[in-house]
Amino acid sequence: MKYVDEYRDGALAKTLAGKIAREADPGRRYHLMEFCGGHTHAISRYGLADLLPRNVEMVHGPGCPVCVLPIGRIDNAIELARDRGVILCTYADTMRVPASKGLSLMKAKAAGADIRMVYSCADALKIARDNPSREVVFFAIGFETTTPPTALAILEAARQGLANFSVFCNHVLTPAAITHILESPEVRDLGLVPLDGFIGPAHVSTVIGSAPYDYFAEEYRKPVVIAGFEPLDVMQAILMLVRQLNEGRAEVENEFTRAVTPQGNEKAKALVADVFELRRSFEWRGLGEVPYSALAIKQRFAAFDAEARYGIVYRPVPDHKACECGAILRGVKKPADCKVFGIVCTPENPIGSCMVSSEGACAAHYTYGRYKVGSDPGKVGSDSTFGDRNPGR
Amino acid sequence: MCLAIPARVVELTGPDTARIDLGGVRKEISLALVDGVGVGDYVIVHVGYALTRLDAEEAERTLATFAEAGFDVVAAGNA
Amino acid sequence: MTKGQEKVESDPTFRRRGAYVRPIDFRNGRVDMTHGSGGRAMAQLIDELFAAAFDNEWLRQGNDGARVNPPPGRLVVATDCHVITPLFFPGGDIGALSVHGTINDVAVMGATPLWLAAGFVLEEGFPLADLKRIVHSMAGAAREAGVPIVTGDTKVVEKGKGDGVFITTTGVGVVADGVDLSGDRARPGDRVIVSGTMGDHGVAIMSLRENLTFETTIESDTAALHGLTAAMLAAAPDLRVMRDPTRGGLATTLNEIARQSQVGFVIDEAAIPLKSEVEAACEFLGLDPLYVANEGKLVAVCAAADADHLLAAMRAHPLGRGAGIIGEVIEDRHHFVQMDTRFGGRRIVDWLAGEQLPRIC
Repeated sequence: MKYVDEYRDGALAKTLAGKIAREADPGRRYHLMEFCGGHTHAISRYGLADLLPRNVEMVHGPGCPVCVLPIGRIDNAIELARDRGVILCTYADTMRVPASKGLSLMKAKAAGADIRMVYSCADALKIARDNPSREVVFFAIGFETTTPPTALAILEAARQGLANFSVFCNHVLTPAAITHILESPEVRDLGLVPLDGFIGPAHVSTVIGSAPYDYFAEEYRKPVVIAGFEPLDVMQAILMLVRQLNEGRAEVENEFTRAVTPQGNEKAKALVADVFELRRSFEWRGLGEVPYSALAIKQRFAAFDAEARYGIVYRPVPDHKACECGAILRGVKKPADCKVFGIVCTPENPIGSCMVSSEGACAAHYTYGRYKVGSDPGKVGSDSTFGDRNPGR
Repeated sequence: MCLAIPARVVELTGPDTARIDLGGVRKEISLALVDGVGVGDYVIVHVGYALTRLDAEEAERTLATFAEAGFDVVAAGNA
Repeated sequence: MTKGQEKVESDPTFRRRGAYVRPIDFRNGRVDMTHGSGGRAMAQLIDELFAAAFDNEWLRQGNDGARVNPPPGRLVVATDCHVITPLFFPGGDIGALSVHGTINDVAVMGATPLWLAAGFVLEEGFPLADLKRIVHSMAGAAREAGVPIVTGDTKVVEKGKGDGVFITTTGVGVVADGVDLSGDRARPGDRVIVSGTMGDHGVAIMSLRENLTFETTIESDTAALHGLTAAMLAAAPDLRVMRDPTRGGLATTLNEIARQSQVGFVIDEAAIPLKSEVEAACEFLGLDPLYVANEGKLVAVCAAADADHLLAAMRAHPLGRGAGIIGEVIEDRHHFVQMDTRFGGRRIVDWLAGEQLPRIC
């Protein structure tokens, strides 16, 4: 696969690992947050942590739209399918997220709700066209990457006069989340979460461009490097962050130049601006209420807004008492710090959303890294230096 | 967070649609979010939509960067 | 006798029952509750479809069971339920799958498969044309494999209570003395071999599911492996384990063996054979091919000394052309399956957590 395989080359990985090791100052630590869940997944899947020197540490950020989706919103989606009899179309990622009363979309489907997994919102439109006597709701989630397709779907529905189609909108915004982390007491005042720099999301940035990140670099004096999705991209971005930190710079750099420009995709941005508006506030699981961090459908398209159409009432639901997803999403705690991690909370039986999505910090750690002792990114091997398969606490 | 993959445009199938090829797998996707895409171009595909065209020159340049020898740390004046 | 009467009286249906019975309309007819009621309609369906297609000496006897003469050796029994959707897919259908799947379960025990039994649960309203297609496919698969379907049963459930058709097959085979294949026999130092490309079947099925269709035809690899397993046992009689990595894929099978044998595995990602289309489809959908089902492949663990000539024997067989050594067994009290990635790192390949779903994130 062109433009994919070359960026996974093992020999180049060694070269980059060598450069990072040489240039990382042994006298300091580097705490780098990869905001995007896709980067978390890449780091785990390719074992990138093994290739980094010990003083370069990756902190997982909340860039997983499934992980930050509050329980109450999943409850709303389940209600639509189960109680209002709609055909609920959703990306498969949401199916196993635990909601209230031990339910999930998957379980609701098993109990008879008409919930259908789709690859694209265009498929949801097709289902609406093919089922004129049924009401179809598309469960829209995702950051800025996934929002333009939803905008197109609503515009298309309006153009076709699809009266039985609407969207339950849960689109969230990246810069707002980064601000929220940097503003959080743990980071800003207490210095509990040392964060030296950010790896910026790949595909969000193709849409919004690199310009929006200038604010963070200037205001918080933290370097940002936008990285492509492949492991060599991530390593190069880490190298660029290490260099910025060594040189005392705090700039926005773009490693993903093959797909990201300063302004991003103007056409996509215009479409989104046409259909959506900012919500004053939106609850993020684990982060609480975050101002101006999410989108709602404009009044003009109210006919396609499931919240207006069905009078959806959002009821916030607190996380399970023992669940540390909130702290983990903010980078304050690690999965292994959670009392229920790996014991009660497993991918088969997720308590919190960090365990559900394959790019959630807990799922990634459980699947790829829980065998490593402490934070030491030692090589996983068959000797006794790594921890128990089933940590008993 | 957003699973997207670069794929080659093999056919323009409508005003806003194209057939893409990735490793031999073909699928029709929407071009409604990008302008000026032609056959032979690579686009980044997410949930059935092209998000942007891939800049081939930049792609090569990035690959070349990976293979570069690293900084001479001493010369960079690192304290 | 008129020509017409002659025709009717020479019809096998007539000769068995002595009166004219309208033949089943396989073109437009549908399964209804009478087909499962035990009465004439059911007998006719069995006669005209199942018995006619599977035709062998046991079925011709028309008894409820089949009396067979097992050759000397230990017997192996295996059973499989098939509930796949869609019923028809590139490379096969539920019928062929049900024959291959059970033959393979018997074959990986080191046994020569001898007989199959087949049970059908039909949904009211299921098109008889589809049923005929499935049954003929089964008959063809069984004949090609040389394993007859000697007995069976059929029931009908009300509309809405089935998925068209469910098929359960049971197979019986015989194992020669000295063959001792078992999941707990893998030992440190042994080698791991796969018989060909991974993930073909699961991706073929998933790419047919509504809303996930690709235009490229990715074919299921469904096949009967008993010829290959016999060749393998001839080349390496001390073979430790053979298993077919169906649901849950290669990763699940290796984890199972690791746990049973109380060992670990280290496999080399670059050595795992993958079709480029399967790899690409997995990239689109966010799937990991290691966890995707196979229906015509097997994993084998053998002594290191046997690896090379076992591999040669596999590659000489049509169903093993793409075989390759992918790793080895190691001491590991944690029973991990580890993989050296193409990228240069090492990671754990863990058990599958629930069904693998496509993702957008």
